[in-house]
Amino acid sequence: MSTHDTHSHELEPHGDGTLPDRFENPGHPEHHQRLGDLDPKANKKAERQVLALFTVSVVGTIAFAVAYFALGDPTTDPTKIASATRTENLWLGLTLAFALLGIGTGAVHWAKTLMNDHEMSEERHAIASDAESREAALQALQDGAEDSGISRRGALKGAVIGALALFPITIALPLIGNIGGDWNVGKLKHTMWKKGTRLARDPSGRAIKASDVTIGSVFHVIPENLEEAEHPLDEKAKAVVLLIRLDPRDIKSEQGEGWSYDGIVAYSKICTHVGCPVALYEQQTHHLLCPCHQSTFDVADSAKVVFGPAKRALPQLPITIDDEGYLIAQSDFHEPVGPSFWERKK
Amino acid sequence: MTTTSTPTPAAKAAGATADYLDQRTGIGVVVKTFARKIFPDHWSFLLGEIALYSFVTILISGVFLTMFFVPSMGETTYTGPWSSMQGVEMSQAFSSTLRLSFEVRGGLLMRQVHHWAALIFMAAIVTHMMRVFFTGAFRKPRELNWVVGFTLLILGMLAGFSGYSLPDDVLSGNGLRIADGVIKAVPLIGSYTSYFVFGGEFPGQELIPRLFTVHVLLIPALILALIGLHLLFVVLHKHTQYPGSGRTEKNVVGYPVLPVYAAKAGGFFFVVFGVIALMGATMSINAVWNYGPYDPSPVSAGAQPDWYMLFLEGSLRLMPGQAEFVTWGGYTVSANIIIPAMIVPGILFTMLAAYPFIEAAVTGDRREHHVLDRPRNRPFRTAFGVSIVVAFFILALAGSNDLIATHFHLSINDITWAFRVLIFVGPWLSFVITKRICLGLQRKDRELVLHGHETGRIVRFASGEYIEVHKPLDAHERWLRVQHEAIRPLEIEPAEDSRGVRRKGYALDRMRQRVSQVFYEDRVEPVTPAELAASHSHGEHDALEADVHEPTQVGGGSHLVEPDAETGAEGRNPQI
Repeated sequence: MSTHDTHSHELEPHGDGTLPDRFENPGHPEHHQRLGDLDPKANKKAERQVLALFTVSVVGTIAFAVAYFALGDPTTDPTKIASATRTENLWLGLTLAFALLGIGTGAVHWAKTLMNDHEMSEERHAIASDAESREAALQALQDGAEDSGISRRGALKGAVIGALALFPITIALPLIGNIGGDWNVGKLKHTMWKKGTRLARDPSGRAIKASDVTIGSVFHVIPENLEEAEHPLDEKAKAVVLLIRLDPRDIKSEQGEGWSYDGIVAYSKICTHVGCPVALYEQQTHHLLCPCHQSTFDVADSAKVVFGPAKRALPQLPITIDDEGYLIAQSDFHEPVGPSFWERKK
Repeated sequence: MTTTSTPTPAAKAAGATADYLDQRTGIGVVVKTFARKIFPDHWSFLLGEIALYSFVTILISGVFLTMFFVPSMGETTYTGPWSSMQGVEMSQAFSSTLRLSFEVRGGLLMRQVHHWAALIFMAAIVTHMMRVFFTGAFRKPRELNWVVGFTLLILGMLAGFSGYSLPDDVLSGNGLRIADGVIKAVPLIGSYTSYFVFGGEFPGQELIPRLFTVHVLLIPALILALIGLHLLFVVLHKHTQYPGSGRTEKNVVGYPVLPVYAAKAGGFFFVVFGVIALMGATMSINAVWNYGPYDPSPVSAGAQPDWYMLFLEGSLRLMPGQAEFVTWGGYTVSANIIIPAMIVPGILFTMLAAYPFIEAAVTGDRREHHVLDRPRNRPFRTAFGVSIVVAFFILALAGSNDLIATHFHLSINDITWAFRVLIFVGPWLSFVITKRICLGLQRKDRELVLHGHETGRIVRFASGEYIEVHKPLDAHERWLRVQHEAIRPLEIEPAEDSRGVRRKGYALDRMRQRVSQVFYEDRVEPVTPAELAASHSHGEHDALEADVHEPTQVGGGSHLVEPDAETGAEGRNPQI
């Protein structure tokens, strides 16, 4: 029983009667032959399997081409575009997968069943270079430095370092000069709301009459003249507002005296956390929830934060109505909207 | 050049080509060195390969996409076949993505293949990194390659984020909006950095073309270069191998590149690509035509980033807002963003990147290691790794707290509070539990080596005593369980020499020793030959051999003794 033999052998004491401190590595285990190594039939069968797998790939490629031409252009019938696209995607994808998996599984199967599976051993050598090479490398570096005379010519060293350090300015200067646009970060503090700007529905741009706003309803609001802005999207990213009509008795507080109109309040829609649109309104609790990070604001109480990662209340837009009954802004917001930044209070 | 007596025309041509190449490149030496180079075999070594092959898949599908994608924020009105978007104002980026999906035949497949491949790429990187971590493959001489791999992880995240933002849809646009909010939170330079990225105010006109350059040029070039370096190191160091009979620090046991690995690895590329193609065929991903073009006003609930960014999202969600404050002088410090988006990930990633160097310092080990550790044999490392994984996992779950709330009908506030507690308790608890499990598994190994396998054979002695016969392990089975070294805490020289003069550098040594004790105080030593011999003599061999003809090792019942070598270097029992 070989097991027992190695077993007792290893526990054999040294000449002086003591046992070794550690076990010895027993060496490579015996190689087990595969069925295909012993049985020519099994070997032949494996070969046929590999052949079949590569054939699957060829068939897959052909099927891909057939599907491409047979399915036709999915956009010909606009009413069926969704299902036609789905069908095309499925067929092209499946045939592509077969074309690829056939090659892959064929090659792996070949390697596993037919190629020599005797484990081989290769020696490792220390990664570090030998002492002699290190010495020679050091010498080469020293010789190089010596030849250049860099240690003797201090002024040259300084000049080279100085020139190399300065030249990137030629690329950096125009890059930095232009990359931030006009670099006027003061624009972050203002929006296009001004005294008299009408509140309009997003995205139609139709102005809103106070009488259109029923209690409990919510309007997504943009300035009426948004499209006249030079960059409407940039302006919209700051100016969007949520308009909500509450029962005036429910309003606990507002950010300014007379900033609402008959229970209609307007708050910035841009979250004071990292700027997502605060889009979810819960009528019962008067809470606004930001779907990105769940900051929750109480519209009845100055839009103060009641939960979540935001710190500041949503800025309130002071509103009133004009002669025709349309809701208009009294002024811009009284503080910067959106996420905090270093100089926002400056 | 051929050696056969009657060369076939094909062999002649191959020989002539080889000769032509060698005379001009000297490639013969390279082929001689590498063609039959040995690589060890293990399924876990495939994880890195999956990362490589999914990256190649990304390159192939990505080149296809660049042929049709228009990286521009220029406004256009959609007139294509997708009816629900007809007449909608959108950027050319979004409209060309719609064109890719509906009008370019096979374009949708390529988009889905590209996106799935990116998710697989990141998953493969993370699991490969876990394999390397838990088996200690990062030890000397591979520390630098760990750092290269770590950098690839970061670049992969950037590649993914810059990629899924390109279609300029409302979902990714909100992702960019969040990125903008995080950037603005940087003290002092936040708003300028935001202008730097967006070319002015958010969202501006510049971002998509800029992201495009980053996504198709800068990051892929860096990733390719670092993959080259990563693989160069692998060849230079030769691959690590799992412990086992015949495998030592001085050899590498496995199969040659030609033909086995050429076939297996080459084939595996097609398998990876094929599986990704299958995913692209059957699983819809990022159906941007349902989201619509980016607009700063709408947002959808339940929006999630790609999985590898979830931890950041979760981190942001967990932080209570109270942390934001205004300094003396009126400057705003958004600690409610800086801490979760920069400091927490900063700490986690720094620990990950620096771990090989920390472990080397506290182990005081300067030897090369090519035989991998079994995770159980390094309880501290394994427990530490698990606790980092758990921290990321909790943050990722927190990034899905809204989905958890809607799926399980729970209060979002309660879930958030639960995660706020869990992010502190979870990593700690998983550390303790993992360490206990590792030590327990090591004891089980000792038990097996000392007393062998249970056979279920009960033997009755003449005296009426029953014992169960145990079958001893064979040398190969045993070697796996005794081959490792149990690392002991560092021993340092005393603070004062014999004349009572305080030694310089003692404080630093003491600190290293303390950390070393944290790492290696609790340990289970592998069985030594002497212990095995001693355990043999517990069994009443003589009495047994009369009854049992097979060479067996007895144990069990009253003869099963506790392992007696679990004593620390100072003669203390480990703290259990």
